[in-house]
This record gives sequence, C-alpha cells and structure tokens, in this order.
Amino acid sequence: MHVHVDRERCQGHNRCYALAPELFDVDDLGNSFELNDGVVPPGLEEKARLAVANCPERAISMSE
Amino acid sequence: MSSQKHPPVVDWATDFDHTDSEWVADPYPIWDELRRTCPVAHSDRYGGTWLPVRHEDVAAVAYDTEHFTSRSVVVSEIRPGPDDPPAPIGLAPPITSDPPFHAVARRLLLPAFSPKAIAALEPLTRDLCRELLDATDGQAEIDAAVDYARHIPLRVIIGMLGFPQEDADIFRRFVRMVLEDVDQSEEERQELIVAGEIDEYIDARIAEHQAEPRNDLTTYLLEAELDGNKLELDHVRGTMILLMIAGIDTTWSAIGASLWHLAQHPDDRKRLATDPGLMPSAVEELLRAYAPVTMARLVAEDFELHGCPMKEGDWLLLPFPSANRDPEMFPDADEVILDRAENRHAAFGLGIHRCVGSNLARMELRVALEEWLRRHPAFELIDPSAVTWSAGQVRGPRTLPVRILG
Ligand code: HEM
Ligand code: SF4
Repeated sequence: MHVHVDRERCQGHNRCYALAPELFDVDDLGNSFELNDGVVPPGLEEKARLAVANCPERAISMSE
Repeated sequence: MSSQKHPPVVDWATDFDHTDSEWVADPYPIWDELRRTCPVAHSDRYGGTWLPVRHEDVAAVAYDTEHFTSRSVVVSEIRPGPDDPPAPIGLAPPITSDPPFHAVARRLLLPAFSPKAIAALEPLTRDLCRELLDATDGQAEIDAAVDYARHIPLRVIIGMLGFPQEDADIFRRFVRMVLEDVDQSEEERQELIVAGEIDEYIDARIAEHQAEPRNDLTTYLLEAELDGNKLELDHVRGTMILLMIAGIDTTWSAIGASLWHLAQHPDDRKRLATDPGLMPSAVEELLRAYAPVTMARLVAEDFELHGCPMKEGDWLLLPFPSANRDPEMFPDADEVILDRAENRHAAFGLGIHRCVGSNLARMELRVALEEWLRRHPAFELIDPSAVTWSAGQVRGPRTLPVRILG
C-alpha cells in the first residue's frame, strides 16, 4: 500500500502528520509530504486510511 | 454584546442577519432549516449578502478566489472604499489578500506557526493555564470564559509578538471593536476605527522593536524580506493586527464552547478526564461541532451559484460552522462523538486561506482542556440561561459560570 500527498492541494492542516507521523512529515512551512516514498509498512494500513479520511483538502491518495 | 439596531429577522431565507439575537443564541437550527429548504439564502441587509450553508457550497466558494475576493472578510455596513489598499493586498495580509500576493504574504508567516515551532510553545502554555487555575483555586464557582478561556490565547499571542503582558486589556478592547461591534451605523464604526487608535498602539510597539530588536514575531516581521526588500510598514502593521484579531477571540471561543459542552455532558467529560488517548480526536470533534469562525467574501465578478445571481460587490458569508454540521458530510452531524474517526471538518477554513494559526489554536485548546480537566474533572453549568454568546462572525461563550463539583 502507498500514500501520496498532492502538494498542490495540501494546505497544511496537519491532520495527517498528527494522525500518522510514521507516514507523513511536514516541512518548515507546515506542508506535508509522505515518508519512505509513501510505502505503508505492514500494520499501519489503518492509520493510512485515517489520514486519507481526515484530510480536509482531500489531498492524500492511497494506492496498492 | 452590541445593541440590536436592525429589525428582528422573520424570514431567514430572504432576510437573514448574523447579528440577530436568535442567530447569536443558537444558529444551528437556522442553518439546518436552510440546508433543507434554501441552501443559498439572501438578505438585503448590509447592502446585500448571500449565505451558502452546505459543506459543498461553502467549499466551492472558499476554493474560488476568482469570483470571490477576500478584500474584506468581516461583513458590516462598510465595504472597502477607494482609499483602502487595493486588491490583491488589502488591509491585513494575508487574510484580506487575493492571489498572487496572498501566497507571498502567507509564506512569511507559516514558519512561525508550523507544527514544530508551535510544539515549542506548549510548556509555556501549560504553565499559563496552571497559573490561571491557581488564581481561582478553591472557588466553588468560576466563570470559565472570563477567568480562564479568554486569557490563554491573549497571553500566548502577546508573548509571541513581544508586547507587554500588562496590555492585555487594551488588546481585548481592540478585538471587540473589530469583531463584535459590527451591528453599528457607519458613522459609529468610522469613529471607532478611523480614529486610528490601533495603528498608533502598534506603531509604538514597532518603534520599540526597531530601536531594540528582539527574538520575537515583531522583530521577525520587521526583518523579513520580500524580493530583497523589507516589508512595507503598512504590511507589518496589518499583519500584526491580524494576528491579534484572528488569534484571540477565535481560540477563546473554541476553548469556551468546549468547556460549555463538557459542563453539560457528564459522560463525555468523564471519558475525556480519564482517557487522555481520546484527546486528539475529541479536540477535532469539538472544533467541528462548535467551529467558532464564519468568514466572508465580496463577490469579485458576477457569478451564479445554484441559480442565485451574485453581483459584484455583494457580501457572502462563509459559515464553516454550518458546513461542519452538514449531514451529507458528517453522519449524525448534530451529535458530538468524541472518538469520531473520520472528520474532515472545516473549522480552520478550506483552500489557500487555511488558518495560519491552526496548529497554535489546536495546541492551546488541547492544553487548556487537559489542564482544566486535571484540576476540575467534574463541573456543571450554574444556570444554562446565564451563558452569553458573542455576536458577529466569531461565536463563543462570553460568560460561562460553572459550579465545581466534588
Ligand atoms: C480555534 C481557533 C481558530 C479558528 C477556528 C480559526 C479560524 C480561521 C479560519 C476559518 C480562517 C480562514 C479565513 C478565510 O478563509 O478567509 C482563518 C485564517 C487565519 N487565521 Fe485563524 N482561527 C483560529 C485561531 C487562529 C490563531 C491562534 C491565529 C494566529 C495567532 C490565527 C491566524 C489566522 C491567520 C493569519 C489567518 C489568515 C490566513 C490566510 O489568509 O492565508 N487563527 N482562521
Ligand atoms: S491533512 Fe491534508 S492538507 Fe493537511 S497537511 Fe495533511 S495532506 Fe496537507
């Protein structure tokens, strides 16, 4: 499973970083990017789904 | 609360007024009804105002910076005049700015409010909350809005700007003047604002910082550069006023409304007091359910939304709190579910103007609730009808007398 942050849509609400710091980090401006090329390690799938479902800008996508 | 100068509203779909006492006391039933019957309401008041209430439409307007300008974000009898700074800069960058200038003004502020910068302010905020609780310790009755919530964001932002803590009362008056006294005639407002009291106060602080630079937000703004040039003084002043205005009433309202909820819902209160792991989702849910901020736009170009003919210069209220109660978006939207797992709420806005202070506000709300619950795990409203709410676009309890139990 992979997650990806669309940097154009992300407005830095930081919900993803708060919910899944294992999967996302934020830059100095507070905008988010995926860690580890977006690979979701086993066991973190639910956190990935939560991050996707809580992004107010719908900026995070998930793929297999 | 400001006195009612407008006639009471009879028909919310065609003559709404966000300063009407019914809206001030409890706007949710009004929005629920409009969502079902007239999702884009109109009123001739304030020279013509629109009100979309569904999440979908609020989002669409927030994203459409072409047809809607942020030149003025507080609906009142006054629209920006020919002497006010023109688009895309506006009076208080970045909130009153449009693209492309907006991104530049916003970028300047973001580093000071990033999650990591804000995390560093948490210990200070916690100490401050404890001090406030110490000051009322042993009292059987406390006004949770006046004696607790309102001091927290005020002192934190004064500290960030490097202004004297003794000036807290001056700040409070400025904020009231800008946000709560909108229900006044044009002459009255002109008198209050054009008198230039706020500008004078800020300019004095700026002069102090120019004479003696410090490690704070004021010096940061004075030394910041755009394309190799220092910021115009008007820009610095506008941004500082914005931080005062945008940061104080809003967070005060969020803390107060959350305590108001907990005072009336013993089950939620007990769960939150005993299970700290619940706090992150609870904070988001309380922000969703009691989002304090309704923004505004001016129509920049004639536009049609669901057949409603919006004309250049019309106001448009952008009620994020109503978007957050839209059942299309949130199942059981009117219920507070502290562990709600999926919560794309819009309390901090949507799109390019996403609240710069959201990380700060969240931290303050979480720490304020943690410390209050640690000290007072059990409390209730003394008299629900004694709670008063602010009028205007920022909604929260302004008096909140609670009884401390056990
Ligand atoms: C719970 C507390 C708060 C809420 C609910 C809130 C809400 C909002 C909302 C809805 C916007 C979007 C404006 C728009 O779309 O036009 C906004 C913008 C803004 N807020 Fe907040 N706010 C809060 C606290 C703060 C704090 C603590 C600060 C800073 C000290 C702050 C600074 C700002 C700034 C600078 C903007 C303008 C951003 C831009 O235009 O790019 N806010 N806020
Ligand atoms: S939740 Fe969405 S908007 Fe917020 S930082 Fe993450 S990706 Fe960006």
